[in-house]
Amino acid sequence: MSRRTAGQATTRAGGGARVEVVGLTAGYGRTRVLDAVRLTVEPGGWLAVIGPNGSGKSTLLRSILGFHPHQGQVRIDGIPTIGMPRRERARFMAYAPQTPVLPDGVTTRDYVGLGRTPHRPLLAAPRAVDRQVVADVMERLGLGPMAERQLATLSGGEQQRAVLARSLAQQPRVLLLDEPTGALDLGHAQQVLDLVDLLRRQDGLTVVSTLHDLTLAGQYADRLALLSDGRVVAEGVPADVLTAEALSRHYGARAEVVHGPSGPAVLPVRSPD
Amino acid sequence: MTTTTPGSRSGTASAAAPRRGRRPGLALGGAALALVLAMFAGVWVGALPLPPGAVVATLLDRLLSPLGVAVPGGLDGTQTAVLLQLRLPRVLLASLVGAGLAISGAAYQGVFRNPLADPYLLGAAAGAGLGATLVIAYSPVQSVGPVGIVPLAAFAGALVGVGCALALGTVAGGSHSPTLLLAGIAVAAFLAAAQTLVQQQNTEDLRKIYGWMIGQLGSSQWSDVVLVLPYLGVACAVLLCCGRALDVLAVGDDEASSLGVHPGRLRLLVILAASLATATAVSVSGLIGFVGLVVPHIVRRLIGGSHARVLPMSLLVGGAFLVLADLVARVVLAPAELPIGVVTAFVGAPFFAGLLWAGARRR
Repeated sequence: MSRRTAGQATTRAGGGARVEVVGLTAGYGRTRVLDAVRLTVEPGGWLAVIGPNGSGKSTLLRSILGFHPHQGQVRIDGIPTIGMPRRERARFMAYAPQTPVLPDGVTTRDYVGLGRTPHRPLLAAPRAVDRQVVADVMERLGLGPMAERQLATLSGGEQQRAVLARSLAQQPRVLLLDEPTGALDLGHAQQVLDLVDLLRRQDGLTVVSTLHDLTLAGQYADRLALLSDGRVVAEGVPADVLTAEALSRHYGARAEVVHGPSGPAVLPVRSPD
Repeated sequence: MTTTTPGSRSGTASAAAPRRGRRPGLALGGAALALVLAMFAGVWVGALPLPPGAVVATLLDRLLSPLGVAVPGGLDGTQTAVLLQLRLPRVLLASLVGAGLAISGAAYQGVFRNPLADPYLLGAAAGAGLGATLVIAYSPVQSVGPVGIVPLAAFAGALVGVGCALALGTVAGGSHSPTLLLAGIAVAAFLAAAQTLVQQQNTEDLRKIYGWMIGQLGSSQWSDVVLVLPYLGVACAVLLCCGRALDVLAVGDDEASSLGVHPGRLRLLVILAASLATATAVSVSGLIGFVGLVVPHIVRRLIGGSHARVLPMSLLVGGAFLVLADLVARVVLAPAELPIGVVTAFVGAPFFAGLLWAGARRR
């Protein structure tokens, strides 16, 4: 916390934190979904968690956030999150879920302002510093013109930016994104990921995201972790993780991996009849 | 926690501050004015019309007499008695009941993220109905000390109803809101069935039971006002404090957790406070429908969906709405009175329909 310039009215305060996941095991009822997952993300790094449907990607994210009961440890800059008060945790980690709930009748500005919740007493009105941070974030994400519009009237891409803005208003040191591009077309998906990458570079934020699209994962993240049946079966730079052999074994997919200048791209190939 | 952010209070007192907050303040001020005007109208109008100027003079005289100030031009003896013993307690009670029901409705709708939720949803109405019916049918006494037995039984019944729903919901699925909602519906159905059974066994009390069930403010006294004020005051204060937290809860349980809020605890607190307000309102007025369901929606159409604004606004608008509804109930068939529950639905439903229609056209 000492690195954070307290009260500074900017979203660029802080910088990323190191995230360590050690022996994380979790499940639903008796079904084990995650099995002794071990991961490390360096400060300012972007780890994309990939894996076939049902491999435990979302559960991993929710366990790191402490929403899902689990064994093992999650450490942020060496501090275990177990026993950490929820508000304090919320000042370390921000979360954007796969399908965010966008409340009715709420303006974009008010929605982004929710991100300030962990920084002020729950009963208190927004302070000047809160309003300033919200205004800064919205400016950076190009949401200024939509400030007074209802969330529901924004386009899908704008809504995703609003969710991102809310997470950034939280001034977190780690950003956890569950399928940030799930509902977006290719162009908007790239815009959002470019934005995340820009914010990460400017603020030194640590990003942990799940990404369904392997090509996008390979192009944007600096490290990938491949989950299969709740285990990390491969972890490393994208070129090492995304191999035709791994895709075949863990996804049951036929695909070629093309290596481009900004990372590997996955090209699905139809089987010869 | 605030110790880690020493510079945050001072420092950037920024230019972003003044532009916001004016409009919500204006709306709140308008609603407060509406409530005051409605209360004055409620005092002036009736079988014995009271001259407005003299009413104000009398009230000022009463308020200022401890200071040794006499205000001339007040009402005569009979008029003063009507004002102080009949109109004033009735209008105050109507505003308290309306305010309590409306803010509870808004809180329930927020906590369940369900626009159809109303204060009676979790078994409060069915419990109160059963309690009232039981004592009307079987109780040998009419009051315990100064407090009537029917309000007492209704209050207890409402709390028991909500308590059962909460217990059942918690056993069945934690504080997860759909489960709780279904538990409430189950409990309400059971209690309503029990109430019907008791009622059928005691047909000679039917009129009295129905009279209570449909809601009434005709027998309002100062003792009722004094009785409900502390409970309603505490419950409404808690709910008003929870507005911002409810705004956070509106984005979903996971996201609320990631913002440092405990959804389960918050939901329980809000439900308890809203149920206390509902039980208190129901105990003195019976089951007045429509206010808790519709007033929050009217308010949202006026000032948007933020609970931090909807809750206080519902409080004021609900109070004004019920005072006016009671006024209509008194004058339409004067000297006879309509049940106020009939008026709230009769006046409220077309008004709300018109509002929906206007909203649809604007889009």
